[in-house]
Amino acid sequence: MNKRQFMKGMIVFIAAGPDFATLARAAYAKADSAKAGGSGDPADMGLGDYDPSEHWYGMGIEVDKCIGCNRCVVACKAENGVPDEPYYFRTWIERYSVLANGETEVECISVDPGKQQREPPAENRDVVRSFFVPKLCNHCAHPPCVQVCPVGATFATQDGVVIVDQERCLGCRYCIQACPYGARFLNPNTHTADKCTFCYHRVVKGLMPACVEVCPTGARVFGDLRSRASRLVRMQRMSKISVLKPDLNTEPKVYYSQLDGEVR
Amino acid sequence: MIVEIPRGLPEMLRQVTGFIYPNEVEIHWSILIVVYPYLTGLVAGAFILASLMKVFNVEAVRPTYRLSLLTALAFLLVAPFPLLLHLGHPERSFEIFLTPQLSSAMAMFGFVYAWYLMGVLLLEIWFEFRRDLVVLGGQGRGPLRWIHRALSLFSKDISPDALAFDRGAIKLITLIGIPSAFLLHGYVGFIFGSVKANPWWGSVLMPIVFLMSAIVSGIAMVVLLYMILTALRKEPTDMRCLDTITSYLFYAVIVDFSLEALDFIHRLYQSEESVGILGQLISNKLFVSLFVVQVLVGMVVPLGMLIAAKAAKLDEGRRRLVYLVAVILIQLGIFSTRWNVVIGGQLFSKSFRGLMTYKMEVLGLEGLITALALLVVPFVILAVLLRVLPLRRLEEQGVQGSAISLRVSEVPGVSSLTQ
Amino acid sequence: MAAREQVKRLGLVLAILIGVIVLVRFVVIPRAYFSTRHHQASTVKREVAKPVHFAGMAACRECHSDEYETKSAGYHKGLACETCHGPSTGHAEDPMSVKPYAPRDRTFCPVCHAYDRSRPTGFPQINPAVHNEGLACIACHNPHDPVPPEVPQECSACHAQIARTKAVSRHASLACTTCHEASEQHKVSPRAALPSKPQTREFCGQCHAGGAAGSSVPQVDLATHGSHYLCWQCHYPHLPEGNP
Repeated sequence: MNKRQFMKGMIVFIAAGPDFATLARAAYAKADSAKAGGSGDPADMGLGDYDPSEHWYGMGIEVDKCIGCNRCVVACKAENGVPDEPYYFRTWIERYSVLANGETEVECISVDPGKQQREPPAENRDVVRSFFVPKLCNHCAHPPCVQVCPVGATFATQDGVVIVDQERCLGCRYCIQACPYGARFLNPNTHTADKCTFCYHRVVKGLMPACVEVCPTGARVFGDLRSRASRLVRMQRMSKISVLKPDLNTEPKVYYSQLDGEVR
Repeated sequence: MIVEIPRGLPEMLRQVTGFIYPNEVEIHWSILIVVYPYLTGLVAGAFILASLMKVFNVEAVRPTYRLSLLTALAFLLVAPFPLLLHLGHPERSFEIFLTPQLSSAMAMFGFVYAWYLMGVLLLEIWFEFRRDLVVLGGQGRGPLRWIHRALSLFSKDISPDALAFDRGAIKLITLIGIPSAFLLHGYVGFIFGSVKANPWWGSVLMPIVFLMSAIVSGIAMVVLLYMILTALRKEPTDMRCLDTITSYLFYAVIVDFSLEALDFIHRLYQSEESVGILGQLISNKLFVSLFVVQVLVGMVVPLGMLIAAKAAKLDEGRRRLVYLVAVILIQLGIFSTRWNVVIGGQLFSKSFRGLMTYKMEVLGLEGLITALALLVVPFVILAVLLRVLPLRRLEEQGVQGSAISLRVSEVPGVSSLTQ
Repeated sequence: MAAREQVKRLGLVLAILIGVIVLVRFVVIPRAYFSTRHHQASTVKREVAKPVHFAGMAACRECHSDEYETKSAGYHKGLACETCHGPSTGHAEDPMSVKPYAPRDRTFCPVCHAYDRSRPTGFPQINPAVHNEGLACIACHNPHDPVPPEVPQECSACHAQIARTKAVSRHASLACTTCHEASEQHKVSPRAALPSKPQTREFCGQCHAGGAAGSSVPQVDLATHGSHYLCWQCHYPHLPEGNP
């Protein structure tokens, strides 16, 4: 056979080879996935008896109980290794002062926690109402951050907690741009996206998230929305509930009671 | 704990006005993310100019056809680098190819880029240059001859039949290439336009405006390069070509300006909650880059200059000068447009209550020097490409008998190839 | 018909490219890499393995049941041990060698109890600059049962902001009990036993419609002023000269 015919044949051969390989792989893959099981074996994930599909977590915030002491912010940083610098927060507290002329002054008191004691806010007769609002990742049921991650590094677990895969995150920061609540930041140590995880490592062991544990007034309420008896379910029954930015349809799972209309 | 914080953060925190969510003090998408859409915009725009000739048969712009293709290629080759340098983990960037999440517009990058590079641009360039590469591979000496042969994939057939096939293939590829070019740059506009959390970005018009300004910048860049190259090579400028292209440029700028004005008026009229903070954004932080550079210097003045050049019936020399200045101003304007979108969208808080600042590093992986280098490298690549590939068809050069580049005139028997 | 030379050449390049891609995708890279479930499972595993730093009140109770019982009966019953003592898992695991922090200086308690105008009404607040200056808080208050050494007679111990507002208003000389009746139970279970508010217009009328002629107390005609509404539904009695 001459060169031309040989080349023609080679092309067919080269194209056909991988096709057969693909068919073979597909056959193997089907066999394998049947073995691995549907929802992921909890034992594989180090969860023991805990079954994520039986839970659906949310948090409640009772705004009129928050005293703005920042214990939650400090505890979160201690529990989760968040850098101490004031540019990285998994949770933070905002102070609102609504004035008689309709203006609202807002300040984040977690950035400089000592300031409250050094320069307590002056009495101001123009302040009609003033309060603290804790903020954190809302673990949305319809999370825009999960939607935009190019590699699926951030995802929601079966029990409704949105977490980040620190080994796959590229650090592209698209999720940080997409979060309407400013809950995410880029961890300067790992160069990956980071945020509140509802202290998932505590929750699966039956503990409360660190912020909930240390809140002195019980302003933070963590609960399982699937449970019939939980502080959060009671709060949903007894209070008028609001969420942040409902018009963006993110379906946040952090529920605020007594949330003022000035809060963004 | 020892932490390497980005250096500008303490100063940026001090310069915050009003209230911001504490995590917002860091500006996440830096000047590199301004450079990226600028580069892909040039690619899309240059390709659209090339397609003007191939698909819409505007013969007048033929002298810039090959230049447009090579310009698009030069910028496309550099385009992934600002993204790679910006990633927290560039070594994981292949994940976008292997395990993309299909709901993310950004995941499209790998595939759109690869398709456009290989399925459109390289293919069209190969078909366009194949004949000349075969000819040059057959003559000449030294390593360049082998480069030509390899680039032609060692083909040899330059019969009329084969050349007709090449022309047909180019037409088909260009036809497919136009929507591909739109996709290459449009998806970037979609990345911004689909972010509902950010009212400066989240707009239906965003992909369209991105695309229109890309076309403006691409056409302007080709005009600029054409004028520079003809000057460097001491060749006469084809004024009919320049006049035609600048007409198209003029219309493109009009459309772009209209779209941006529409967006602005629409926002002002609708007066949603974000209009307060956005008003503060453009009057405090973006005043110079938006009103002065993007609008005045980048659109109004060049428009005026182009009108003047046509209406005042200036002579060739003056027209060339006007065009040169106009296209340079347009480049500044479009770069500023990208800056205003990318950086501007990060200078106000999503609480709508405060403004931040962006402290651009000078050195550093995401600094000014890196950005400038990335803007210069495509020109270097273009220079290399022009060394290897002939800018005008060999047969045209043989027939027209105008100033021919030295290397081609050394090739014996070139005139026998003319038909 | 023999395929065109261009098609053959390009076809070869394409075939090589596809071959390499298929090789990498199906042979070189392990299959698990492409499974979302696999990545999510390993992320959860990594997340769950992270160390716990706060042991939780239940863990403290196991050994310190006395303090726990004391605390459960007092005002700090809702306050977790580790809010003051800091993360103590180390101590829970090895009580003898790792001791938790115990706040003993005056700068600690004011983090919660210093007066701040944004704190909700009813939360006990003091001015650390003047409140028993120099003494440690625990000198008078047992942190596990922080009853003040003397039961406050003034409402201002818990209602600091109201007291301060009233103190610079026209009603400064009026005691809280002039208008509000509070039972002793209010000091024990504040939200369950609320103080009363005046329920008639005539109550305010005692001073403001009584016609104490010549006094500087503003007088109104109750028959025509403010329709049927109770006075405090418009006027803020703690700062009556402020905006209603």
